[in-house]
Amino acid sequence: MRRVITGNQAVAYGVILSRVDVVSAYPITPQTTIVEELSELIASGRLKTRFLKVESEHSAMAALIGASTGGVRTFTATSSHGLAYMHEMLHWASGARLPIVLVNVNRAIGPPWNIWGDQSDSVSQRDTGWIQLYCENNQEVLDTILQAYLIAETVRLPVMVVLDAFVLSHTAEPVEIPSIEEADSLLPPFCPDYPIDTQEPRSYSVITTPDYFLEFRYKVQKAMEEVPEVAKKVDDEFRSRFGRSYGAIERYGKKEAELLLMTSGTVTSTSRIVIKKLMEKGLSVAGIKIKRFRPFPSEEICEVIQGAKKIAVIDRNLSAGVGGIFAQELRASLYSREERPQVFGFVSGLGGRDITPALIEEAVQYTVEHPQPEGDILWLGLKK
Amino acid sequence: MIEIRFHGRGGQGAVVASKVLAVAFFHEGLYVQSFPAFGVERRGAPVMAFLRVDPEPIQLRVNIYEPDHIIVLDPTLIAAVDVTSGLKPNGWVLINSAHPPKTFQTLKGYRIATIDATSIAIRNGLGSRTNPIVNTAILGAFSKVSGLVGVDSIALSIREEVPGKKNENAKAAREAYNEVKY
Repeated sequence: MRRVITGNQAVAYGVILSRVDVVSAYPITPQTTIVEELSELIASGRLKTRFLKVESEHSAMAALIGASTGGVRTFTATSSHGLAYMHEMLHWASGARLPIVLVNVNRAIGPPWNIWGDQSDSVSQRDTGWIQLYCENNQEVLDTILQAYLIAETVRLPVMVVLDAFVLSHTAEPVEIPSIEEADSLLPPFCPDYPIDTQEPRSYSVITTPDYFLEFRYKVQKAMEEVPEVAKKVDDEFRSRFGRSYGAIERYGKKEAELLLMTSGTVTSTSRIVIKKLMEKGLSVAGIKIKRFRPFPSEEICEVIQGAKKIAVIDRNLSAGVGGIFAQELRASLYSREERPQVFGFVSGLGGRDITPALIEEAVQYTVEHPQPEGDILWLGLKK
Repeated sequence: MIEIRFHGRGGQGAVVASKVLAVAFFHEGLYVQSFPAFGVERRGAPVMAFLRVDPEPIQLRVNIYEPDHIIVLDPTLIAAVDVTSGLKPNGWVLINSAHPPKTFQTLKGYRIATIDATSIAIRNGLGSRTNPIVNTAILGAFSKVSGLVGVDSIALSIREEVPGKKNENAKAAREAYNEVKY
């Protein structure tokens, strides 16, 4: 079935098709309509999912940690301050190896108060042990939720699916919605390793001395290292059933390009138009879309940048004191290579300001004209 | 690519109108992208909604700055906001008004059309006399003046997208199709 739906409705369809058992969430703009859509379906009896009402995002994640430990499939959605408020529980979910799926609708964190798109909320949770997947359009949002449960339940780590505020969350466009039978054939029921069982009592997440704690974290890292292969299998399986796939990254544009433009989220979509136009003008340029931010796809990136002299990165986030976070991760990935292209780290579009084709072209032109960047942060579209 | 901007007041259904028109184009095999002005809304305050239409998948994900056509749900907005801001020359300005197009001659360089969507809504029992729901009727008028989308597709979309009074809303669109002045 093909329907014109918003990004938040695509999330709701993803949750329905994944046969989630327990949803717990607290509303926050621009995530609110996800929770509205799901709670209406549940209240009317059309969706047999348990909805746990809570007084905060911290409690929402805590409730899901309980439910997931109990052995059922769980979901929550949030944004911005809501995600920040969950922070403590995010660590708990990954440390306890619970395959919870969370949708974060990217929104700036105040002050000043702002409800618009900005990745600073999700990227600042990069060290919590969650897999992070960023989406470019509403189809990818729905598809990624189905894939997220398969990946999460295979490696036993939680997954954060990320979409841009308003530009996806409140924008309606055509989306192919799989049938429940098709979704079932991809995603089997959740089989937990150690569900709570009163006949066979166990302890969970008890105090662990220095003798063993390091080994627990080692196992989390090992699970993260399994993600590239598992996610690729899931994506291949998805393509064989639905004809769509996404990869950890995607390279598009000229085959052997001297200049690469690296983006994530909806900026990639607009960048495709710019890259095409610049190629037609004869520029040696290609784009790289980053879908998977955690674990960071260092190997996948290094495989597709042979021959590139410069990489321009547009970050819609800021780590004050360093710069754009995707650019920082890219620099770290390149360090051990012999061939290291120059990284041009642009920061733009914070707090929902449009990243227009003209701004993207400006970033590429700057990169063409300068042998080296004039600093670690290149502000794009800054009013002076 | 065709870009359309809706001007209305909070609660008038500009966002729903954009979605209904999007689905009508979608039924004719086109790609669409429908979105509200990103932000907070207040009842009665000026609001905007947007629509892109293209035969190819739409990759452009930024605001609409230079629309091809605009649709104005409340004529008092013309004095309150710059409704033709960025509008491309020769674009349609479709206004919900009982007055003929020449009343709006101050909007130079554009094609003006008017439709008394308020009267059509009231006689079809859509909304109340003080708060008529004009967002479906005006789409019928847009079908006629623009020639971009069929009134049957609009009626079909209304039946799918509008929660209540589906027949009355569809009928209002057809009446507006016949009554629009341009």
